[in-house]
Amino acid sequence: MLEIKAVSYFAAGICIGAGAIGAAVGEGYAAGMANESLSASPDQSGNILKTMLVGQAIAESAGIFALVVAMLLIFVDFGLTGASGMAALLGAGLAMGLAAVGSGVGSGFPAGAACKSIGARPKLSGQLTTNMLIGSAICQTPTIFGLVVAFMLMFLKLGGGSTNPLAWPALLGAGLSMGLAAIGSGVGAGMPAGACCEGIGRQPQVAPQLTTNMLIGSAVCQTPAIFGMVISFMLMFIDFSGRPVHPTTAALLGAGLSVGLACIGPGVGNGLTAMEANRGIARQPEAYGQVTTTMLVGMSVAQSTAIYGFLISLILVFKGFEPSTSWAASAALLGAGLAMGFGGIGPGVGEGWTAAYTSRWVARNVEQSVLLTRTMLVGQAVAESTGIYSLIVALLLTLAV
Amino acid sequence: MAIEGADVIRAAALLGAGISMGLGAIGPGVGEGFAAGKACEAIGKNPREAGLLTRTMLVGQAVSESTGIYSLVVALLLIFVV
Repeated sequence: MLEIKAVSYFAAGICIGAGAIGAAVGEGYAAGMANESLSASPDQSGNILKTMLVGQAIAESAGIFALVVAMLLIFVDFGLTGASGMAALLGAGLAMGLAAVGSGVGSGFPAGAACKSIGARPKLSGQLTTNMLIGSAICQTPTIFGLVVAFMLMFLKLGGGSTNPLAWPALLGAGLSMGLAAIGSGVGAGMPAGACCEGIGRQPQVAPQLTTNMLIGSAVCQTPAIFGMVISFMLMFIDFSGRPVHPTTAALLGAGLSVGLACIGPGVGNGLTAMEANRGIARQPEAYGQVTTTMLVGMSVAQSTAIYGFLISLILVFKGFEPSTSWAASAALLGAGLAMGFGGIGPGVGEGWTAAYTSRWVARNVEQSVLLTRTMLVGQAVAESTGIYSLIVALLLTLAV
Repeated sequence: MAIEGADVIRAAALLGAGISMGLGAIGPGVGEGFAAGKACEAIGKNPREAGLLTRTMLVGQAVSESTGIYSLVVALLLIFVV
Protein backbone atom coordinates (compact mmCIF):
# COMPACT_ATOMS: atom_id res chain seq x y z
CA MET A 1 0.00 0.00 0.00
CA LEU A 2 2.76 2.41 0.92
CA GLU A 3 4.56 1.75 -2.36
CA ILE A 4 1.51 2.97 -4.26
CA LYS A 5 2.05 6.40 -2.75
CA ALA A 6 5.68 6.32 -3.87
CA VAL A 7 4.72 5.65 -7.48
CA SER A 8 1.95 8.22 -7.19
CA TYR A 9 4.38 11.01 -6.23
CA PHE A 10 6.80 10.02 -8.97
CA ALA A 11 3.99 9.96 -11.54
CA ALA A 12 2.84 13.41 -10.38
CA GLY A 13 6.34 14.74 -11.00
CA ILE A 14 6.42 13.35 -14.54
CA CYS A 15 2.90 14.57 -15.23
CA ILE A 16 3.42 18.24 -14.40
CA GLY A 17 7.03 18.24 -15.58
CA ALA A 18 6.21 17.07 -19.08
CA GLY A 19 2.88 18.90 -19.12
CA ALA A 20 4.55 22.23 -18.40
CA ILE A 21 6.76 22.00 -21.48
CA GLY A 22 4.20 22.36 -24.24
CA ALA A 23 2.11 25.17 -22.85
CA ALA A 24 5.15 27.30 -22.05
CA VAL A 25 6.69 26.90 -25.51
CA GLY A 26 3.38 27.71 -27.22
CA GLU A 27 2.76 30.75 -25.03
CA GLY A 28 6.26 32.05 -25.57
CA TYR A 29 5.83 31.69 -29.32
CA ALA A 30 2.57 33.66 -29.14
CA ALA A 31 4.26 36.38 -27.07
CA GLY A 32 7.07 36.67 -29.60
CA MET A 33 4.70 36.99 -32.54
CA ALA A 34 2.66 39.56 -30.62
CA ASN A 35 5.77 41.66 -30.20
CA GLU A 36 6.63 41.38 -33.88
CA SER A 37 3.14 42.57 -34.70
CA LEU A 38 3.37 45.43 -32.19
CA SER A 39 6.53 46.81 -33.72
CA ALA A 40 4.77 47.14 -37.06
CA SER A 41 1.53 48.54 -35.61
CA PRO A 42 2.10 50.05 -32.17
CA ASP A 43 -1.28 51.82 -32.21
CA GLN A 44 -3.03 48.43 -32.12
CA SER A 45 -1.40 47.49 -28.85
CA GLY A 46 -4.71 46.99 -26.97
CA ASN A 47 -6.11 44.63 -29.58
CA ILE A 48 -2.89 42.67 -30.00
CA LEU A 49 -2.35 42.23 -26.27
CA LYS A 50 -5.91 41.03 -25.80
CA THR A 51 -5.58 38.48 -28.60
CA MET A 52 -2.24 37.28 -27.24
CA LEU A 53 -3.69 36.72 -23.76
CA VAL A 54 -6.76 34.86 -25.09
CA GLY A 55 -4.62 32.62 -27.27
CA GLN A 56 -2.19 31.96 -24.43
CA ALA A 57 -5.10 31.06 -22.16
CA ILE A 58 -6.10 28.21 -24.47
CA ALA A 59 -2.52 26.97 -24.68
CA GLU A 60 -2.45 27.12 -20.87
CA SER A 61 -5.40 24.75 -20.58
CA ALA A 62 -3.19 21.79 -21.45
CA GLY A 63 -0.88 22.75 -18.58
CA ILE A 64 -3.83 23.16 -16.21
CA PHE A 65 -5.11 19.66 -17.01
CA ALA A 66 -1.64 18.30 -16.23
CA LEU A 67 -1.58 20.24 -12.93
CA VAL A 68 -5.00 18.87 -11.95
CA VAL A 69 -3.92 15.28 -12.62
CA ALA A 70 -0.66 15.86 -10.73
CA MET A 71 -2.54 17.23 -7.70
CA LEU A 72 -4.95 14.29 -7.80
CA LEU A 73 -1.99 11.90 -7.91
CA ILE A 74 -0.39 13.57 -4.88
CA PHE A 75 -3.41 14.00 -2.62
CA VAL A 76 -6.06 11.41 -3.50
CA ASP A 77 -6.08 7.80 -2.36
CA PHE A 78 -7.53 5.85 -5.28
CA GLY A 79 -7.83 2.55 -3.49
CA LEU A 80 -5.56 0.79 -5.97
CA THR A 81 -3.21 -1.95 -4.89
CA GLY A 82 -0.32 -4.00 -6.11
CA ALA A 83 1.73 -3.81 -9.27
CA SER A 84 -1.36 -3.12 -11.38
CA GLY A 85 -2.23 -0.13 -9.20
CA MET A 86 1.30 1.26 -9.46
CA ALA A 87 1.30 0.81 -13.23
CA ALA A 88 -2.12 2.46 -13.51
CA LEU A 89 -0.96 5.59 -11.67
CA LEU A 90 2.31 5.79 -13.59
CA GLY A 91 0.40 5.29 -16.84
CA ALA A 92 -2.00 8.07 -15.86
CA GLY A 93 0.87 10.48 -15.24
CA LEU A 94 2.49 9.59 -18.55
CA ALA A 95 -0.76 9.76 -20.55
CA MET A 96 -1.62 13.24 -19.25
CA GLY A 97 1.87 14.71 -19.13
CA LEU A 98 3.00 13.60 -22.58
CA ALA A 99 -0.33 14.47 -24.25
CA ALA A 100 -0.14 18.03 -22.93
CA VAL A 101 3.21 18.59 -24.67
CA GLY A 102 1.81 18.50 -28.20
CA SER A 103 -1.32 20.54 -27.65
CA GLY A 104 0.48 23.27 -25.76
CA VAL A 105 2.97 23.81 -28.59
CA GLY A 106 0.28 23.49 -31.26
CA SER A 107 -2.04 26.05 -29.67
CA GLY A 108 0.74 28.61 -29.83
CA PHE A 109 0.66 28.70 -33.64
CA PRO A 110 -2.88 30.08 -34.14
CA ALA A 111 -2.39 32.51 -31.25
CA GLY A 112 0.79 33.90 -32.79
CA ALA A 113 -0.66 34.11 -36.29
CA ALA A 114 -3.80 35.85 -35.01
CA CYS A 115 -1.67 38.47 -33.21
CA LYS A 116 0.27 39.16 -36.39
CA SER A 117 -2.83 39.46 -38.55
CA ILE A 118 -4.75 41.66 -36.10
CA GLY A 119 -1.92 44.14 -36.06
CA ALA A 120 -2.05 44.41 -39.84
CA ARG A 121 -5.85 44.29 -40.18
CA PRO A 122 -7.54 45.43 -36.96
CA LYS A 123 -10.99 45.46 -38.58
CA LEU A 124 -10.90 41.67 -38.92
CA SER A 125 -10.27 41.13 -35.24
CA GLY A 126 -13.64 39.46 -34.59
CA GLN A 127 -13.22 36.93 -37.38
CA LEU A 128 -9.58 36.29 -36.55
CA THR A 129 -10.29 35.72 -32.87
CA THR A 130 -13.09 33.28 -33.71
CA ASN A 131 -10.85 31.39 -36.08
CA MET A 132 -8.03 31.29 -33.54
CA LEU A 133 -10.41 29.88 -30.92
CA ILE A 134 -11.74 27.17 -33.25
CA GLY A 135 -8.26 26.15 -34.36
CA SER A 136 -6.86 26.07 -30.83
CA ALA A 137 -9.83 24.09 -29.58
CA ILE A 138 -9.24 21.35 -32.15
CA CYS A 139 -5.61 21.40 -31.09
CA GLN A 140 -6.61 20.59 -27.51
CA THR A 141 -8.36 17.36 -28.54
CA PRO A 142 -5.35 15.07 -27.99
CA THR A 143 -4.92 16.53 -24.50
CA ILE A 144 -8.56 15.72 -23.76
CA PHE A 145 -7.94 12.15 -24.94
CA GLY A 146 -4.96 12.00 -22.59
CA LEU A 147 -7.05 13.37 -19.73
CA VAL A 148 -9.80 10.78 -20.35
CA VAL A 149 -7.31 7.89 -20.35
CA ALA A 150 -5.60 9.27 -17.23
CA PHE A 151 -8.92 9.52 -15.38
CA MET A 152 -9.87 5.99 -16.44
CA LEU A 153 -6.56 4.64 -15.19
CA MET A 154 -6.87 6.47 -11.88
CA PHE A 155 -10.53 5.97 -11.06
CA LEU A 156 -11.63 2.71 -12.69
CA LYS A 157 -10.18 -0.30 -11.00
CA LEU A 158 -8.79 -1.86 -14.15
CA GLY A 159 -6.71 -4.89 -14.85
CA GLY A 160 -8.70 -7.40 -12.86
CA GLY A 161 -7.13 -6.47 -9.55
CA SER A 162 -3.68 -7.26 -8.22
CA THR A 163 -4.08 -10.99 -8.85
CA ASN A 164 -3.57 -10.59 -12.58
CA PRO A 165 0.18 -10.55 -13.30
CA LEU A 166 -0.35 -9.12 -16.77
CA ALA A 167 -2.25 -6.09 -15.49
CA TRP A 168 0.82 -3.92 -14.92
CA PRO A 169 2.34 -4.04 -18.44
CA ALA A 170 -1.12 -3.58 -19.95
CA LEU A 171 -1.92 -0.45 -17.92
CA LEU A 172 1.56 1.04 -18.31
CA GLY A 173 1.40 0.34 -22.04
CA ALA A 174 -1.99 2.03 -22.17
CA GLY A 175 -0.57 5.20 -20.63
CA LEU A 176 2.46 5.25 -22.96
CA SER A 177 0.31 4.55 -26.01
CA MET A 178 -2.03 7.48 -25.41
CA GLY A 179 0.54 9.94 -24.15
CA LEU A 180 3.11 9.48 -26.90
CA ALA A 181 0.62 9.29 -29.77
CA ALA A 182 -1.01 12.55 -28.71
CA ILE A 183 2.21 14.57 -29.03
CA GLY A 184 2.39 14.60 -32.82
CA SER A 185 -1.31 15.27 -33.33
CA GLY A 186 -1.28 18.17 -30.91
CA VAL A 187 1.61 19.92 -32.63
CA GLY A 188 0.34 19.08 -36.10
CA ALA A 189 -3.22 20.32 -35.61
CA GLY A 190 -1.93 23.76 -34.63
CA MET A 191 -0.06 24.38 -37.86
CA PRO A 192 -3.04 24.63 -40.27
CA ALA A 193 -4.86 26.71 -37.65
CA GLY A 194 -1.97 29.17 -37.64
CA ALA A 195 -1.83 29.27 -41.43
CA CYS A 196 -5.58 29.86 -41.55
CA CYS A 197 -5.38 32.91 -39.25
CA GLU A 198 -2.49 34.21 -41.33
CA GLY A 199 -4.44 33.65 -44.56
CA ILE A 200 -7.60 35.33 -43.31
CA GLY A 201 -5.53 38.36 -42.40
CA ARG A 202 -4.21 38.55 -45.95
CA GLN A 203 -7.34 37.58 -47.89
CA PRO A 204 -10.46 37.91 -45.76
CA GLN A 205 -12.77 37.16 -48.71
CA VAL A 206 -11.37 33.62 -48.91
CA ALA A 207 -12.11 32.98 -45.22
CA PRO A 208 -14.81 30.29 -45.72
CA GLN A 209 -12.55 28.12 -47.92
CA LEU A 210 -9.60 28.59 -45.59
CA THR A 211 -11.65 27.62 -42.55
CA THR A 212 -13.03 24.52 -44.29
CA ASN A 213 -9.53 23.48 -45.35
CA MET A 214 -8.23 24.06 -41.83
CA LEU A 215 -10.99 21.90 -40.35
CA ILE A 216 -10.32 19.07 -42.81
CA GLY A 217 -6.57 19.28 -42.27
CA SER A 218 -6.79 19.41 -38.47
CA ALA A 219 -9.26 16.54 -38.39
CA VAL A 220 -6.97 14.26 -40.42
CA CYS A 221 -4.13 15.29 -38.10
CA GLN A 222 -6.04 13.84 -35.16
CA THR A 223 -5.97 10.34 -36.63
CA PRO A 224 -2.65 9.24 -35.06
CA ALA A 225 -3.92 10.27 -31.61
CA ILE A 226 -7.02 8.15 -32.24
CA PHE A 227 -4.87 5.12 -33.12
CA GLY A 228 -3.07 5.65 -29.82
CA MET A 229 -6.35 5.88 -27.95
CA VAL A 230 -7.75 2.70 -29.54
CA ILE A 231 -4.71 0.65 -28.48
CA SER A 232 -4.88 2.31 -25.07
CA PHE A 233 -8.52 1.25 -24.62
CA MET A 234 -7.71 -2.28 -25.78
CA LEU A 235 -4.87 -2.55 -23.27
CA MET A 236 -7.08 -1.23 -20.48
CA PHE A 237 -10.17 -3.30 -21.10
CA ILE A 238 -9.12 -6.64 -22.63
CA ASP A 239 -8.78 -9.47 -20.14
CA PHE A 240 -5.29 -10.92 -20.56
CA SER A 241 -5.53 -13.37 -17.68
CA GLY A 242 -5.27 -16.58 -19.73
CA ARG A 243 -1.98 -15.69 -21.35
CA PRO A 244 1.52 -16.81 -20.34
CA VAL A 245 3.15 -14.16 -18.16
CA HIS A 246 6.38 -14.20 -20.18
CA PRO A 247 6.68 -13.09 -22.98
CA THR A 248 3.24 -11.43 -22.96
CA THR A 249 4.54 -8.83 -20.46
CA ALA A 250 7.04 -7.58 -23.02
CA ALA A 251 4.44 -7.85 -25.79
CA LEU A 252 2.01 -5.52 -24.03
CA LEU A 253 4.71 -2.96 -23.23
CA GLY A 254 5.92 -3.17 -26.83
CA ALA A 255 2.38 -2.61 -28.07
CA GLY A 256 2.15 0.63 -26.12
CA LEU A 257 5.51 1.86 -27.41
CA SER A 258 4.93 0.86 -31.04
CA VAL A 259 1.79 2.86 -31.73
CA GLY A 260 2.75 5.63 -29.31
CA LEU A 261 6.12 6.50 -30.80
CA ALA A 262 5.16 5.77 -34.42
CA CYS A 263 2.29 8.25 -34.29
CA ILE A 264 4.48 11.21 -33.37
CA GLY A 265 5.99 11.68 -36.84
CA PRO A 266 2.82 11.43 -38.97
CA GLY A 267 1.02 13.83 -36.64
CA VAL A 268 3.66 16.52 -37.22
CA GLY A 269 4.01 15.67 -40.91
CA ASN A 270 0.28 15.91 -41.54
CA GLY A 271 0.29 19.27 -39.82
CA LEU A 272 3.04 20.57 -42.10
CA THR A 273 1.09 19.44 -45.17
CA ALA A 274 -2.16 21.02 -44.04
CA MET A 275 -0.36 24.25 -43.15
CA GLU A 276 1.21 24.68 -46.58
CA ALA A 277 -2.01 23.68 -48.36
CA ASN A 278 -3.83 26.38 -46.41
CA ARG A 279 -1.18 28.96 -47.34
CA GLY A 280 -1.46 27.92 -51.00
CA ILE A 281 -5.23 28.34 -50.98
CA ALA A 282 -4.90 31.78 -49.39
CA ARG A 283 -2.75 32.89 -52.29
CA GLN A 284 -4.65 31.11 -55.06
CA PRO A 285 -8.22 30.51 -53.93
CA GLU A 286 -9.33 29.22 -57.32
CA ALA A 287 -6.99 26.24 -56.91
CA TYR A 288 -8.89 25.10 -53.80
CA GLY A 289 -10.11 21.75 -55.16
CA GLN A 290 -6.81 20.60 -56.57
CA VAL A 291 -4.81 21.70 -53.55
CA THR A 292 -7.14 19.95 -51.12
CA THR A 293 -6.95 16.74 -53.17
CA THR A 294 -3.15 16.86 -53.24
CA MET A 295 -3.10 17.61 -49.53
CA LEU A 296 -5.29 14.61 -48.70
CA VAL A 297 -3.27 12.25 -50.94
CA GLY A 298 -0.02 13.44 -49.38
CA MET A 299 -1.42 13.20 -45.85
CA SER A 300 -2.65 9.64 -46.32
CA VAL A 301 0.79 8.52 -47.52
CA ALA A 302 2.42 10.27 -44.56
CA GLN A 303 -0.06 8.48 -42.30
CA SER A 304 1.31 5.10 -43.38
CA THR A 305 3.93 4.63 -40.67
CA ALA A 306 1.30 5.41 -38.02
CA ILE A 307 -0.74 2.56 -39.53
CA TYR A 308 2.28 0.24 -39.43
CA GLY A 309 2.77 1.13 -35.76
CA PHE A 310 -0.90 0.43 -35.12
CA LEU A 311 -0.62 -2.89 -36.97
CA ILE A 312 2.39 -4.05 -34.94
CA SER A 313 0.58 -3.03 -31.76
CA LEU A 314 -2.48 -5.05 -32.77
CA ILE A 315 -0.31 -8.10 -33.48
CA LEU A 316 1.46 -7.74 -30.13
CA VAL A 317 -1.85 -7.40 -28.27
CA PHE A 318 -3.76 -10.20 -29.94
CA LYS A 319 -1.23 -12.87 -30.90
CA GLY A 320 -1.01 -15.74 -28.49
CA PHE A 321 2.66 -16.32 -27.73
CA GLU A 322 4.21 -19.58 -26.55
CA PRO A 323 5.11 -19.43 -22.90
CA SER A 324 8.82 -18.77 -22.58
CA THR A 325 10.86 -17.47 -19.68
CA SER A 326 13.95 -16.73 -21.76
CA TRP A 327 15.12 -13.13 -21.89
CA ALA A 328 15.51 -13.42 -25.66
CA ALA A 329 11.83 -14.02 -26.32
CA SER A 330 10.75 -11.02 -24.23
CA ALA A 331 13.50 -8.79 -25.60
CA ALA A 332 12.42 -9.63 -29.15
CA LEU A 333 8.89 -8.40 -28.56
CA LEU A 334 9.98 -5.24 -26.76
CA GLY A 335 12.48 -4.66 -29.55
CA ALA A 336 9.73 -5.04 -32.13
CA GLY A 337 7.76 -2.30 -30.42
CA LEU A 338 10.78 0.00 -30.30
CA ALA A 339 11.76 -0.77 -33.90
CA MET A 340 8.39 0.16 -35.34
CA GLY A 341 7.85 2.93 -32.84
CA PHE A 342 11.01 4.91 -33.50
CA GLY A 343 10.99 3.88 -37.15
CA GLY A 344 7.66 5.56 -37.71
CA ILE A 345 8.80 9.01 -36.65
CA GLY A 346 11.16 9.98 -39.49
CA PRO A 347 9.14 8.95 -42.55
CA GLY A 348 6.05 10.58 -41.06
CA VAL A 349 7.74 13.97 -40.78
CA GLY A 350 9.65 13.67 -44.06
CA GLU A 351 6.70 12.58 -46.18
CA GLY A 352 4.61 15.30 -44.63
CA TRP A 353 7.27 17.82 -45.58
CA THR A 354 7.25 16.52 -49.17
CA ALA A 355 3.49 16.81 -49.39
CA ALA A 356 3.69 20.30 -47.88
CA TYR A 357 5.95 21.66 -50.60
CA THR A 358 3.91 19.88 -53.26
CA SER A 359 0.64 21.39 -52.01
CA ARG A 360 2.18 24.84 -51.99
CA TRP A 361 3.34 24.54 -55.60
CA VAL A 362 0.18 22.86 -56.90
CA ALA A 363 -1.59 26.05 -55.80
CA ARG A 364 0.67 28.15 -58.01
CA ASN A 365 0.86 25.72 -60.89
CA VAL A 366 -2.44 23.87 -61.13
CA GLU A 367 -1.83 22.60 -64.68
CA GLN A 368 1.26 20.76 -63.46
CA SER A 369 -0.61 19.07 -60.64
CA VAL A 370 -0.38 15.57 -62.16
CA LEU A 371 3.39 15.86 -62.63
CA LEU A 372 3.81 17.31 -59.14
CA THR A 373 1.68 14.65 -57.50
CA ARG A 374 3.54 11.86 -59.30
CA THR A 375 6.90 13.27 -58.20
CA MET A 376 5.57 13.65 -54.66
CA LEU A 377 4.50 10.00 -54.54
CA VAL A 378 7.86 8.80 -55.89
CA GLY A 379 9.71 10.94 -53.37
CA GLN A 380 7.49 9.80 -50.51
CA ALA A 381 7.99 6.18 -51.51
CA VAL A 382 11.75 6.55 -51.17
CA ALA A 383 11.32 8.31 -47.81
CA GLU A 384 9.11 5.40 -46.76
CA SER A 385 11.93 2.93 -47.23
CA THR A 386 13.32 3.00 -43.71
CA GLY A 387 9.76 2.80 -42.39
CA ILE A 388 9.33 -0.41 -44.37
CA TYR A 389 12.64 -1.78 -43.03
CA SER A 390 11.40 -1.04 -39.49
CA LEU A 391 8.14 -2.84 -40.24
CA ILE A 392 10.01 -5.86 -41.60
CA VAL A 393 12.32 -6.02 -38.60
CA ALA A 394 9.37 -5.62 -36.23
CA LEU A 395 7.47 -8.41 -37.99
CA LEU A 396 10.56 -10.65 -37.91
CA LEU A 397 11.02 -10.02 -34.19
CA THR A 398 7.35 -10.67 -33.49
CA LEU A 399 6.63 -13.65 -35.69
CA ALA A 400 9.86 -15.41 -36.57
CA VAL A 401 11.83 -15.41 -33.32
CA MET B 1 9.44 -2.89 7.21
CA ALA B 2 7.60 0.30 8.08
CA ILE B 3 10.82 2.29 8.13
CA GLU B 4 11.89 0.93 4.74
CA GLY B 5 8.44 1.68 3.31
CA ALA B 6 8.59 5.29 4.43
CA ASP B 7 12.06 5.58 2.96
CA VAL B 8 10.89 4.37 -0.45
CA ILE B 9 8.03 6.87 -0.41
CA ARG B 10 10.33 9.75 0.52
CA ALA B 11 12.76 8.68 -2.20
CA ALA B 12 10.03 8.55 -4.82
CA ALA B 13 8.67 11.94 -3.75
CA LEU B 14 12.11 13.54 -4.00
CA LEU B 15 12.74 11.91 -7.38
CA GLY B 16 9.37 13.12 -8.56
CA ALA B 17 10.22 16.62 -7.36
CA GLY B 18 13.42 16.54 -9.35
CA ILE B 19 11.73 15.36 -12.54
CA SER B 20 8.89 17.82 -12.07
CA MET B 21 11.16 20.86 -11.87
CA GLY B 22 13.70 19.52 -14.34
CA LEU B 23 11.27 18.87 -17.16
CA GLY B 24 9.12 21.84 -16.18
CA ALA B 25 12.00 24.23 -16.71
CA ILE B 26 12.37 23.32 -20.37
CA GLY B 27 9.23 24.94 -21.72
CA PRO B 28 9.42 28.39 -20.14
CA GLY B 29 13.07 28.57 -21.08
CA VAL B 30 12.38 27.98 -24.75
CA GLY B 31 9.19 30.02 -24.90
CA GLU B 32 10.45 33.06 -23.01
CA GLY B 33 13.66 33.03 -25.00
CA PHE B 34 11.73 33.12 -28.26
CA ALA B 35 9.57 35.96 -26.95
CA ALA B 36 12.63 37.93 -25.88
CA GLY B 37 14.34 37.43 -29.22
CA LYS B 38 11.28 38.59 -31.11
CA ALA B 39 11.04 41.60 -28.79
CA CYS B 40 14.61 42.59 -29.60
CA GLU B 41 13.89 42.23 -33.31
CA ALA B 42 10.78 44.34 -32.90
CA ILE B 43 12.69 47.08 -31.04
CA GLY B 44 15.34 46.98 -33.72
CA LYS B 45 12.67 47.71 -36.30
CA ASN B 46 10.87 50.31 -34.20
CA PRO B 47 13.09 51.75 -31.45
CA ARG B 48 10.64 54.48 -30.56
CA GLU B 49 8.18 51.95 -29.21
CA ALA B 50 10.74 50.28 -26.95
CA GLY B 51 8.69 50.86 -23.79
CA LEU B 52 5.51 49.29 -25.17
CA LEU B 53 7.41 46.38 -26.69
CA THR B 54 9.33 45.61 -23.51
CA ARG B 55 6.13 45.76 -21.46
CA THR B 56 4.37 43.37 -23.83
CA MET B 57 7.36 41.04 -23.77
CA LEU B 58 7.24 40.91 -19.97
CA VAL B 59 3.49 40.23 -19.92
CA GLY B 60 3.86 37.43 -22.45
CA GLN B 61 6.81 35.95 -20.60
CA ALA B 62 4.87 36.05 -17.35
CA VAL B 63 2.11 33.92 -18.86
CA SER B 64 4.69 31.49 -20.23
CA GLU B 65 6.28 31.33 -16.77
CA SER B 66 3.05 30.13 -15.19
CA THR B 67 3.47 26.46 -16.03
CA GLY B 68 7.02 26.62 -14.72
CA ILE B 69 5.59 27.93 -11.46
CA TYR B 70 3.15 25.01 -11.35
CA SER B 71 6.10 22.64 -11.66
CA LEU B 72 7.90 24.51 -8.87
CA VAL B 73 4.84 24.32 -6.62
CA VAL B 74 4.44 20.59 -7.18
CA ALA B 75 8.17 20.07 -6.57
CA LEU B 76 8.04 22.03 -3.31
CA LEU B 77 4.91 20.14 -2.25
CA LEU B 78 6.68 16.86 -2.87
CA ILE B 79 9.76 17.96 -0.93
CA PHE B 80 8.18 19.63 2.11
CA VAL B 81 4.56 18.66 2.47
CA VAL B 82 4.30 14.96 1.66
